[in-house]
Amino acid sequence: MKIHEYQAKAILAKFGVPVPRGEVVVKKEEARAVAQRLGTHVVVVKAQIHAGGRGKAGGVKLAKSPDEALNHAGQILGMTLVTPQTGEEGRVVRRLLIEEGLDIKRELYVGVLVDREVGAPIFMVSAAGGMEIEEVAKDNPEAILKEKIDPTVGFQPFQARKLAFGLGLTPEQVNAAVPFFQSLYRAFIETDASMIEINPCVVTGDGKMYALDAKVTFDDNALYRHPEFKDLRDLDEETPLEVEASKFKLNYIKLDGDIACMVNGAGLAMATMDIIKLSGGSPANFLDVGGGASEDQVKNAFRLLLSDPNVKAVFVNIFGGILRCDILASGVVNAAKELKFKVPVVVRMEGTNVKQGKQILKDSGFNFTVAEGMKDGAQKAVALAGGAQ
Amino acid sequence: MSVLIDNNTRVIVQGLTGREGSFHAQQMLDYGTKVVAGVTPGKGGTKHLGVPVFNTVADAAKATRANASVIFVPPPFAADAILEAMEAQLPLVICITEGVPTLDMVRVAAALKNSKTRLIGPNCPGIISPGKCKIGIMPASIHKQGNVGVVSRSGTLTYEAVDQLTHLGIGQSTCIGIGGDPIIGTSFLDAIRMFNEDPGTHAIVMIGEIGGNAEEAAADYIKKHVKKPVVGFICGQTAPPGRRMGHAGAIISGGHGTAAEKYKAMRAAGIHTVQSPADIGSTLASYLPKSKSKASGKKSAAKATKPARKSKKRK
Repeated sequence: MKIHEYQAKAILAKFGVPVPRGEVVVKKEEARAVAQRLGTHVVVVKAQIHAGGRGKAGGVKLAKSPDEALNHAGQILGMTLVTPQTGEEGRVVRRLLIEEGLDIKRELYVGVLVDREVGAPIFMVSAAGGMEIEEVAKDNPEAILKEKIDPTVGFQPFQARKLAFGLGLTPEQVNAAVPFFQSLYRAFIETDASMIEINPCVVTGDGKMYALDAKVTFDDNALYRHPEFKDLRDLDEETPLEVEASKFKLNYIKLDGDIACMVNGAGLAMATMDIIKLSGGSPANFLDVGGGASEDQVKNAFRLLLSDPNVKAVFVNIFGGILRCDILASGVVNAAKELKFKVPVVVRMEGTNVKQGKQILKDSGFNFTVAEGMKDGAQKAVALAGGAQ
Repeated sequence: MSVLIDNNTRVIVQGLTGREGSFHAQQMLDYGTKVVAGVTPGKGGTKHLGVPVFNTVADAAKATRANASVIFVPPPFAADAILEAMEAQLPLVICITEGVPTLDMVRVAAALKNSKTRLIGPNCPGIISPGKCKIGIMPASIHKQGNVGVVSRSGTLTYEAVDQLTHLGIGQSTCIGIGGDPIIGTSFLDAIRMFNEDPGTHAIVMIGEIGGNAEEAAADYIKKHVKKPVVGFICGQTAPPGRRMGHAGAIISGGHGTAAEKYKAMRAAGIHTVQSPADIGSTLASYLPKSKSKASGKKSAAKATKPARKSKKRK
């Protein structure tokens, strides 16, 4: 689960990570009052969306007076920010973070994440703060310092010192960096984060260290341990169809194409998208109905798929294991009765009770296209959606 | 022959009395798997599905000489269940549970390093040596005993590949679902090493996914050590970057873990890659060494062989 910068900073502050003073506003008028309260020579007006690259897109601006803060707030609020991470459609800015300006001497990168290759958390720092870490990793990998953390003993002070000295910090700055890094690690573990990125992490003229930006992502599998995070979810940042899907515990991701697919299992769902593409079509979504879907679940899945106006055909690809083909077929027929399909539906099923399933489709009176194998299914769906592109 | 499990495998089911545990334990019993014990704390001394239930894995292992365990407990209890099986020194533990927190698995992975236990999963369909033993949730009927080893990160996509093989009359030595999570007990490399060393496995199918670089690591090993034909497929060629595609581990992040990168590494390792998931079975068939021939046959010789036996209609 992704959260906003201001939410991430509030959480990190609780763990003792220093963050700039600031407040969130949803109306431009509030920006002036916050700027006055902060009372610094410069304040920063920052758009709050779940995507990076805000600065270059015009979503982060410096203001030298409360009036200027008001001006910037008026410009940025309601604006659609398009960054490399938002896609072409961009994101509408609904909130701003107004923060004190700091006397920045150095900008660093600091991150904690689980490295799947080593099966352990790693702490990463780089002197190239403010740059995309992926770019640094590609062009200048030795500029990234890493410490692997033994989860049974935790992140040790010597590791924090190694990283801090490695960044070329002065002894005074190292004294600020060590508790900063350790607090960050504690926040990572105790919130079950899957990633924390501070980019940039800044060193100020008086030798202190602050998280100037903060990106925190939580492990969805561990959210049950943190009921308090539920309120941090921002539905405005998610695609409406994906929000709807999550209500039914359906795993759905919207894509740009016109052939909807409904599949059981994540791997087969991805493979189905691939074979649609190979057949000259374009998938409208990823949808995994899960291993043990019920008739109801199938119906909900159809409702979801058909509410996407781009969809010209539906390809149902089910390999029945626990999910039996007869259950699937009944679900498809019920959905057809209730939802009055306006687009052609291709059904390919294999596995448990496939004969009964096919009979149910045949007896239903609906004009389903039954496919033999996933290649045949994909080709039929592409043809029905108007042919290969 | 097969890897990891065979007729001598004696299985404990952790979470036997739960809904999932009951259902799949019955399926395993029906297949002929030696399910010798169940573990449900508080239900020790009772019987379920005709199988004795114990309070702890240690008790169950001691009383039944079990040498494997399969876990069906809900995600919050999965890490504990794995560690309990490890402490009882079971050599093989298969965790089916989906949705285990990553940091739980980080701690489990650290503990497993100093143990005698091999973990498969979590978030996996399990493992089957057709005709001998099935531990997991895969539909038994699609499998056929034979000489192809199958390793995959996904469940239903593995069934798809296995079904294609069986339709072509090609049986499997062992099929291992290693699981779709970022941190798993057994990697592609581990599975392929076992298949390579198993004289009963003549060819290998590996089915990967976007995310991480486990496929690349396996490809590197294959390049150096594996002479048996390997067919590879990667799903997620059309997946958008930055999105988690169902499996927690299936995500292209920072431009890494793409299908294109994985295909490149696989091709460089001499793996016969397929772009279409519908071609996995037929491609394997074209590279399969002639039946009864030794697995050490050269790839060039294997290439010349025609698709194996005639397709036999199932059922």
